[in-house]
Amino acid sequence: MDLTTTYLGLNLKSPLVPSAAAPLSDDLDNLRHLEDAGAAAIVLHSLFEEQLVREKFELHHHLEYGTESFAESLTYFPEPDTFHTGPELYLEHIREAKAALSIPIIASLNGFSPGGWTEYAKLMEEAGADAIELNLYFVPTDPDVSGAAIETMFIETLRDVKYSVEIPVAVKLSPYFSNLANMAKRLDKAGADGLVLFNRFMQPDINPEELEVEAVANLSGGGDLRLPLRWIAILHDRVGADLAATGGIQHGRDVIKAVMAGAKVAQVCSALLRHGFPYLTKLEDEIRHWMEEYEYESIAQMHGSMSQANSPDASAFERAQYVRAIESFYVPDAALRVLH
Amino acid sequence: MSHLRFGANPIRSTYLIDQANFIACHQWNFLEKLDVLARAKRGSTFLVNSPFDADNPAETWAQLPIEIQETIVRRELKVYAINAYKVARENGMGGRINTVMQTCFFALANVLPADQAIAEIKHAIEKSYGKKGAEIVAMNIKAVDATLENLYEVPIGSPDGAVRRQPGMPNHAPDFIRNVEGAMLVGQGDALPVSALPCDGTYPTGSAKWEKRNVAQFIPVWDEDVCIQCGKCVAVCPHATIRGKVYEPSELETAPATFKSTDSRDKKAFSGLKFTIQVAPEDCTGCGICVDVCPAKNKSQPSLKAINMQPQTPLREPEAENWEYFLKLPNPDRRTLDGTHIRTQQMQQPLFEFSGACAGCGETPYVKLLSQLFGDRAAIANATGCSSIYGGNLPTTPWSKDAEGRGPTWSNSLFEDNAEFGLGFRVSIDKQAMFAAELVQALREPIGADLADAILANAVQRDESDIYDQRQRVAQLKPMLETIDDPRAKQLATLADYLVKKSVWIVGGDGWAYDIGFGGLDHVIASGRNVNILVMDTEVYSNTGGQASKATPRGAVAKFAAGGKPSAKKDLGAIAMTYGNVYVASVSMGAKDEHTLKAFIEAEAYDGPSLIIAYSHCIAHGINMTTAMSHQKALVESGRWLLYRYNPDLIAQGENPLSLDSRAPKQGVKDSMYMENRFKMLTKTKPSDARKLLAEAQADVDARWKRYQAMVNLHQPETLPE
Repeated sequence: MDLTTTYLGLNLKSPLVPSAAAPLSDDLDNLRHLEDAGAAAIVLHSLFEEQLVREKFELHHHLEYGTESFAESLTYFPEPDTFHTGPELYLEHIREAKAALSIPIIASLNGFSPGGWTEYAKLMEEAGADAIELNLYFVPTDPDVSGAAIETMFIETLRDVKYSVEIPVAVKLSPYFSNLANMAKRLDKAGADGLVLFNRFMQPDINPEELEVEAVANLSGGGDLRLPLRWIAILHDRVGADLAATGGIQHGRDVIKAVMAGAKVAQVCSALLRHGFPYLTKLEDEIRHWMEEYEYESIAQMHGSMSQANSPDASAFERAQYVRAIESFYVPDAALRVLH
Repeated sequence: MSHLRFGANPIRSTYLIDQANFIACHQWNFLEKLDVLARAKRGSTFLVNSPFDADNPAETWAQLPIEIQETIVRRELKVYAINAYKVARENGMGGRINTVMQTCFFALANVLPADQAIAEIKHAIEKSYGKKGAEIVAMNIKAVDATLENLYEVPIGSPDGAVRRQPGMPNHAPDFIRNVEGAMLVGQGDALPVSALPCDGTYPTGSAKWEKRNVAQFIPVWDEDVCIQCGKCVAVCPHATIRGKVYEPSELETAPATFKSTDSRDKKAFSGLKFTIQVAPEDCTGCGICVDVCPAKNKSQPSLKAINMQPQTPLREPEAENWEYFLKLPNPDRRTLDGTHIRTQQMQQPLFEFSGACAGCGETPYVKLLSQLFGDRAAIANATGCSSIYGGNLPTTPWSKDAEGRGPTWSNSLFEDNAEFGLGFRVSIDKQAMFAAELVQALREPIGADLADAILANAVQRDESDIYDQRQRVAQLKPMLETIDDPRAKQLATLADYLVKKSVWIVGGDGWAYDIGFGGLDHVIASGRNVNILVMDTEVYSNTGGQASKATPRGAVAKFAAGGKPSAKKDLGAIAMTYGNVYVASVSMGAKDEHTLKAFIEAEAYDGPSLIIAYSHCIAHGINMTTAMSHQKALVESGRWLLYRYNPDLIAQGENPLSLDSRAPKQGVKDSMYMENRFKMLTKTKPSDARKLLAEAQADVDARWKRYQAMVNLHQPETLPE
């Protein structure tokens, strides 16, 4: 049985890839455990440029706060000779991961300044990353900025990064575009080697008793897979970039579905956070059992088999409203009369 | 005040400057207090940090006190000004004006050609901040450029300003405070004759209230409609500048127009009474801790609470009048006030107020609580450290007294001997009380059997009511003694106050209790004597600038532990509990104020040695001082700090002496640790060490929790050692 796939030009032993999340990848031992459990590649958690800058100011503030004010205590902290306040810790993590693991390592980047995206991407390449995933995390709130302007900014960011590095670059997208197919096509044209569908944003909750906004972990569940599934199926025949499914992969069968829709890999996070790293092995076992039972020989064999173009019911992926969805059911005339 | 001399040749001798070529005043409000130009040479330069901008230089002149204006004109000074706080704020420097003022100095003082000096400043910025990142360098360089743009010359007008220099202490302050402490306050202490000073070194208490430092840019303002009258803001205030009172509605008849009031929500204890939360606008430091702990939110606008910070300047005068009025409202009778709940207990008058501690200090709320509960009968031995500096630094003291003139007796001996110093108080008080009782017995006949027996029968004095009654008896006794023709009556007159119970407190920080004074502390708790020890544990030597102590937790960066402290925090409470007859409590006011209150009351009531270890956040932790009290909640929830009480009295009752009062740790220590720069900075300096120490710190917490749980589960009543 052949589970191999290719993604961003990398040969992978299976479609199972842990997705970018700090609890999965910020520790070298965790990376080892993931590889042992069967990860075909790992997307590291994102390097957030804005966070690095914030931390620099925060550190500076705390080291200076209250100093030079009392004669007996002119300072409150020892003055270190060096600080690692830039990207060097992240880069070191890439280097260590590359040295310790044999599977591909994909770095993830969330830039802040135009120079930051390209500078950090280059550094990630130099540190040995096999590919880069651009985490275009951005919640626009300014009503005077048009969607078109934001889309242009995304395209330009990708172009700049592609221009500065030679390793493959994937783009992780949110589903919030007026015409996602158009956005995907433009990113594809701008040189995206892969599109990762979709980014999951933290959604704050409101505590009505305490009158507080609460940041809650937003782990995905089974139903969440349907959104990426639809768009991967639609885009599979429309863009050249590799597609990755993320958000809602809970079982081996979900991976099968994603691949059939057209995904080259299925990125997993919430399931591993819920059940632990060995769950990755279980997912692989489930895939194997399923393929055995339904007599599939390879992942390649099913790749894109249920995409919009290949599926027996292409129009199903375009139905938008429930009212159209129920048309597929047989409704007796009598019942309709009652309803009217 | 610093004196700086420059010269072409190295300067080796140390002396102060009499004729300065350049004088800078970094705080505008000093102009109102000090003769800052006393040493200005004719034709010299004066630089002032002004609240007024470059577009209005005449306003700076107009607002200078007339005495300053006169000196400027008479000595032909050149005057420059800058709104340094504004420049600093607008360039990301927060409230730090040193870069701004230093740039002004080099631009004006001509110790180097200005261009060369500015280039050197920028070079120095790159050198000192380069390692922290390009953004930090850029921010400071931007501040230098903005400084040069905003520095302006003040046109010299006529010396006819409306502002006058204020005396060091207000004119209505008592003589000693005005003439002696006031002189010290304005830097004229050296001019005082020795005869002006108290011959035995005893200074009057309650003097900090005369200072009126006016340091807050923003102060809390009470919204009586949103307030739930819980008393938490009053409890946590480090400087006793926000207070609550209940009073008869009739008191409001003479209230100032802007004085706020509402009905008391406590319909049982304070039925029909009015309630007010009042801020002392000129004493508040603007730390904002009270707003952070306030649990009451405005239902339509939850970003507002029952107290909210507003600019001090427009509130200063009306609120100062309201404060004076508030102070005159009678304090509730201690005998009827429920002192066991924060809501009501916080109406006890604090006898520790307006100290010079840092804005947002984590120690002083405990000291203040002590003063509220027992201050009217407390004798306090204070170890050297922050608490001795803010508690007893000349010229003023925050230790205060109530309307009857009662308040704590306070002294500081040394660092290392504080526990023994306090034990001496106990031994001496006990001896004098014993002798007083013997004299009452001996003079039973002339005093009268009823009074004498009543005095002797009430030696224990369990509560406020008992103490009140005993004070009444002593008050009755004293004039009687004057009429008794017996030398023993004269002796008893000097000792009669000891017939009222005293509360001995030994107070200090972790540097004293865990380290330098530990041998003495151990000796004192082993003595079995009735002393109360309050350790304000900042986990570091705070007063000398953050050196590691044995109380410093593993992984924290401190001086002498630059690589993160490699060993675990010493468990002082566990050591004390091994004696079996020592009351021990570990408290955190920010995590559970009612628990802290309970521990203080139990410790004082216990007739033996008591040790309270109180978590005290500190500027040396590298935290947001405004939210420091709520941070203590995260600290306790993570298990890094335990809440417990070990009460030996329960052993005799067959109960478990140890009560673990915090819940099982959740979520691990990482999140709460990395909210403090002392831990976080290690991840930026020695990341792999930080990871290792974090794992070990977690193991420390887990092991300690298990150990304490096991101790609780033991529940084997022991017999008290004889």
